[in-house]
Amino acid sequence: MTKLLEWLLGCSLIGMAWGLVTFDLLDLQLPAQYRELAWPMPVYLLVAFGCYSLATVGYRVATFNDCEDAAKELQAQIKEAKAELKKKGLKM
Amino acid sequence: MASRRGNAKTREQSDKYSVLLPTYNERENLPLIVWLLVKYFGESGFNYEIIVIDDGSPDGTLQIAEQLQKIYGADKILLRPRAQKLGLGTAYIHGIKHASGNFVIIMDADLSHHPKFIPQFIEKQKEGGFDLVSGTRYRGDGGVYGWDLRRKLISRGANFISQVLLRPGASDLTGSFRLYKKEVLEKLVEQCVSKGYVFQMEMIVRARQLGYTVGEVPISFVDRVYGESKLGGNEIVSFLKGLLTLFATT
Repeated sequence: MTKLLEWLLGCSLIGMAWGLVTFDLLDLQLPAQYRELAWPMPVYLLVAFGCYSLATVGYRVATFNDCEDAAKELQAQIKEAKAELKKKGLKM
Repeated sequence: MASRRGNAKTREQSDKYSVLLPTYNERENLPLIVWLLVKYFGESGFNYEIIVIDDGSPDGTLQIAEQLQKIYGADKILLRPRAQKLGLGTAYIHGIKHASGNFVIIMDADLSHHPKFIPQFIEKQKEGGFDLVSGTRYRGDGGVYGWDLRRKLISRGANFISQVLLRPGASDLTGSFRLYKKEVLEKLVEQCVSKGYVFQMEMIVRARQLGYTVGEVPISFVDRVYGESKLGGNEIVSFLKGLLTLFATT
């Protein structure tokens, strides 16, 4: 199953559950509070997911390591390499 | 003492590591990356070869590579040039054909990938028997150098979206510093058709799909020392297209 199909399946399951409660499709005579709670649920979920995404990406950008030491080490090694390669007869 | 050092130098002779270096206009970087590779392979004692695949660079990369071959020996530096610039995927196919190792390491020749991590890749592979080991900028001590906030934001954002949509079981999808079992790489390049950034992503996503195991090693990515690094609107659009293609097909 492709990821697209997995998503479609997941979304339609959630959509069906939502429709059952919100529109009382099976005529279960659910209390009115259930319905009131259920109908804005997709919006809540979207907002919650959006907040989670922004928080996650923001946190990861803020904590992205800056490898200053790696850059310094590389610069030093470049000098060393150039000197040694010159000695070995490399013409750049 | 001498015998112990001798053992370290000759350990694991049954395993050989072929490093594929696709190059295009890398005359400044190639000698440096080769020097670093020789240094770290020499210190760790693993058996290796470096395969330079130059795509007809007009700046004379190939002439530099020929000089390096004279310095380090034709058994260590193999030159497998091609007449013109062709895709990365075909460069790997071309390189694998000439690789005598049972493991293949792919990396960029522009010094953004440091050979000091290769012994860690090899240890990691042995530790878990992984089919491929991928370097990751996003985990542990991994990181980048030379990226501004915009670049970091795009990178993290793209990675987050890819993780949500594809759940690939690897943290760095677009990285191109990896170690593969040779037959695994052969199988994967055969199947992967994408270009650019998406190619690396497709490789690791397909690896998961085919049931291969993936290990990860944190790496520091030092953005191009010489030459220009590019990330424009075009790259972003083609990345998104590729991502959606993988989303619908894997």
